[in-house]
Amino acid sequence: MKKIRVLIVDDSSVMRKIVERSLRQAGIELGEVMEAGNGAEALIAAKNSPPDLILSDINMPVMDGLEFLKCLAEIESMKGVPVVMITTEGSEARVIEAISVGARGYIRKPFTPEQVKERLVPLVGGLS
Amino acid sequence: MSFANRSMEAAVAGKPQPGWKDVLEEAAIEVFELMASVQLAPLPEPTQPASGAITSMVGMAGALCGMMNIRCSHTAAQRLAGCMLAGSHVSSAGTIRDALGELCNMIAGNFKAKIPSLADHCMLSVPTVITGDDYSLEPVDPFQVIHIAFDFSGDTIHVALVMHS
Repeated sequence: MKKIRVLIVDDSSVMRKIVERSLRQAGIELGEVMEAGNGAEALIAAKNSPPDLILSDINMPVMDGLEFLKCLAEIESMKGVPVVMITTEGSEARVIEAISVGARGYIRKPFTPEQVKERLVPLVGGLS
Repeated sequence: MSFANRSMEAAVAGKPQPGWKDVLEEAAIEVFELMASVQLAPLPEPTQPASGAITSMVGMAGALCGMMNIRCSHTAAQRLAGCMLAGSHVSSAGTIRDALGELCNMIAGNFKAKIPSLADHCMLSVPTVITGDDYSLEPVDPFQVIHIAFDFSGDTIHVALVMHS
């Protein structure tokens, strides 16, 4: 399996580290790990160095995860890059909205390494 | 079900229910265990107001209007941040605030997710953290509070949900 370049988007730097650790615990081989604190920073990072996988929070200042997804869909080079939302947002309506604008799935915080593995390994396997 | 009926059901759900203390306790224990690998034991029902030099707060609006907060000592917050970062020593005040804010955010999210009729009818704010040696949180009347204290290896972590009627 090739090493995955991942972009982790969350306004909490602590949470970004937890997500990275969970990916490793799930057995996903990581290459470059890029971080962004909001959707606007993530757009710049993704344009500069396109990732294989994006994990994004929904509720963030400056640009939230849903707006980020909409902007990402406009970038030709990002088409096909799977985006999975990792969020405390339990609202079914917001999750449906995220899926409708391109998210491939979601993981609700708090999460277990097993949940991360279950949701992401099928996506990551498809990238190798 | 019509929108009006769903809204009414959500409003009823937003009234504090007797079982919510157990739900909050479970939600908090899960968050501390899964995100910080910390197993907390609830202490007997607190009789004194929460104390501690750092408080994180997340506002809740909609079917349930109020605020979730975590209050503890600076030392406890520093230890919690270290646990979230896999045992690293954390000295940055910003990282400690970030960690406590995120824990509060997840407890609020996990609590409302456990009450299905709240999940789609209650929004959360981004966390705010306040610090200091001498302050108290004074909600505006009328309000109700669910207050749970946990033992964290000798430190006390207070988790409280303030609800406005």
